[in-house]
Amino acid sequence: MTIERVPATSRHVIRFSRTDRLMHGFLMFSFLGLALTGLPLLFSHAPWASALARMLGGVTVAGVLHRIFAVILIAVFVTHVARLLRRVYVEKDYSIFWGPSSMVPQPRDLRELRGHVLWFLGRGPRPAFERYTYWEKFDYWAVFWGMAIIGGSGLMLWFSEQFSRVLPGWVFNIALVVHGEEALLAVGFIFTIHFFNGHLRPEKFPMDMVIFTGSVPESELQHERAAEYERLRRSGDLERLAVKPPRRSTWRLGRAVGTIALTIGTALVILIVFALITT
Amino acid sequence: MRIRGVVASAVALWALALSLSVRALPGTVAIPQPPAEAPAAAQPTLTNTDCFDCHDDDSAARADGRSVTVKPAAVEQSIHASMDCVDCHQDLATAELPHAETLKKVDCAGCHGDADELFKVSAHAKARADGSLVAASCVDCHGTHDIRPKTDPESKTHHLNVAATCAACHGNAEIIAKGHMPRDMTQAFADSIHGRVLNKSGLMVAPTCSNCHGAHDIRPPKDPESRVGMGNVASTCGTCHEGIARQFKGGVHAAVLETGATNAPACQTCHTSHSVQRSESRGWQLSVINQCGTCHAERMSTFRDTFHGQVSTLGSRSAAGCADCHGAHEILPATDPRSPIAPANLVATCGKCHENANANFVKFDPHANKHDRARNPALYYTSKFMIVLLFGVFAAFGLHTVLWLGKEARLKRERRGKPAAR
Repeated sequence: MTIERVPATSRHVIRFSRTDRLMHGFLMFSFLGLALTGLPLLFSHAPWASALARMLGGVTVAGVLHRIFAVILIAVFVTHVARLLRRVYVEKDYSIFWGPSSMVPQPRDLRELRGHVLWFLGRGPRPAFERYTYWEKFDYWAVFWGMAIIGGSGLMLWFSEQFSRVLPGWVFNIALVVHGEEALLAVGFIFTIHFFNGHLRPEKFPMDMVIFTGSVPESELQHERAAEYERLRRSGDLERLAVKPPRRSTWRLGRAVGTIALTIGTALVILIVFALITT
Repeated sequence: MRIRGVVASAVALWALALSLSVRALPGTVAIPQPPAEAPAAAQPTLTNTDCFDCHDDDSAARADGRSVTVKPAAVEQSIHASMDCVDCHQDLATAELPHAETLKKVDCAGCHGDADELFKVSAHAKARADGSLVAASCVDCHGTHDIRPKTDPESKTHHLNVAATCAACHGNAEIIAKGHMPRDMTQAFADSIHGRVLNKSGLMVAPTCSNCHGAHDIRPPKDPESRVGMGNVASTCGTCHEGIARQFKGGVHAAVLETGATNAPACQTCHTSHSVQRSESRGWQLSVINQCGTCHAERMSTFRDTFHGQVSTLGSRSAAGCADCHGAHEILPATDPRSPIAPANLVATCGKCHENANANFVKFDPHANKHDRARNPALYYTSKFMIVLLFGVFAAFGLHTVLWLGKEARLKRERRGKPAAR
């Protein structure tokens, strides 16, 4: 693979729908906002924390923004679950439970993990991946679990007086620690591991455009997801999913959004690492 | 006047002044009287006119050139206007003119004995006794020929001028060094709420140096009898802040101080001595948290771990600080039913901010310690689990990432290298 400096002109294959991309857009936006407005509190002892909080308009404003971003992310989460339910109950589409279009971990994920590591070590071929790889599933479930845990604990802290009607106060002590540590895990994971897997590794550098354009060049699909490509070719779906290359304007917008997100994320990781090693 | 330079005697309590401000001492206002009946015999006594014949002259000077001019106007406007020069300069009473250059020290104590008694125990007197040439004597604070009553706005000891009078020495780096004196606190005082109210608002009820330190009997703070020592400072501040002093004396900190121990805070421990700020100021309220933390280190570090502490650390007062829950002056242990943190009072105390606080809500531990298994077992295990989770995820995926990076970097090098090799 070569680095894409301009949109490829060859035939593309649809990977994400417009709604998927929009959902990821809101997810990105709210996640970055939550990280920006939450980290100063988690690392309040770090010298940069007060400055960042001031930059955001002060602690109180940062707190309000944090809650606004939280509502957006909760809306994304609820919408996602609602869409899944619609697929199952309305469209009678059970492919989300098993098979190549499912996020459910399956035996092939373990085989692919093993194969991938062997490939890293030069002891085997690159596995022929399907639509969703094991690391993508991990990303998905990490975010899913993270949203439930961080969102749940966050709501508990936000509405502690209401929750205290049924929960003893010491639960909020736990909620605070869990909210912070789990957020640190999420932020650390997304801004390092997810960034690397999805964007920064040599094959993808500087970023994978698929989440912004929705489609991948056919050759890239064949190279990266050989099993999926083969399945689509045999079933004839490849022709159905084939599209023209993304418009230049779409591609540029995606590039800009991706660059901003990667920059903010990487900057926050640097701040976190700085805070961790200086305390 | 640089009179200090000639002061040498270790026991000298002499002064050139004609009087001390005896009115500084409550209830001991004395009308200055000539110390003794002038011997009417022998030689005729010198009159003021005789003195001013020479000393009114602007060019009057010693052999070494130092001026000895004394303007009659200065004396006439002073509190000692009705006295004769020789009432203070007694050794000149019957002197022949021109008299010798070196005179006996003027003894203010002759009239102002009670002020002198107080002065004897002061840090100034002790320093002079120890040979200090810069420690203040009567004249340094009161002046010499021009001493005015402290009610006179021109007086060096007028309430609004005292700080400047003290600052003449305590704000002078050279004198501070020579006298091994405490560091310069005059600017800190000027910037403090006391100093600003005094200087900017001109309020006579604002304290100046002497209100806290005393006037004649200023003792070092370590002296148990010092007004500003750990044991007495609450009473001293209490002369104005009486209500606060009464609260403080009911609290645990005062109880410790009463035993003579000094490891409990008194007023200045939190408020500082000279840079006292308005307690409403955000900066002060935030900084005083650290002050509590100098003794209550563990309590402060666990406070900093909670939302209250995090928000406070970021410079906001929108979350509770120490005093919001514990009170400020009358701090009492949770075992005391009057304490705001006594179990029965927690709902009310938390309720100051958390309107709907209830019995469940106050089971929140505002000083939870995730490393303390006995105090916060659930938190302890949760925290341990989170550490394992974070470490596990980052270790596994970190390794995965490093291996992947290595593989792709190698592939890239190979692809770039091959065509060139062929």
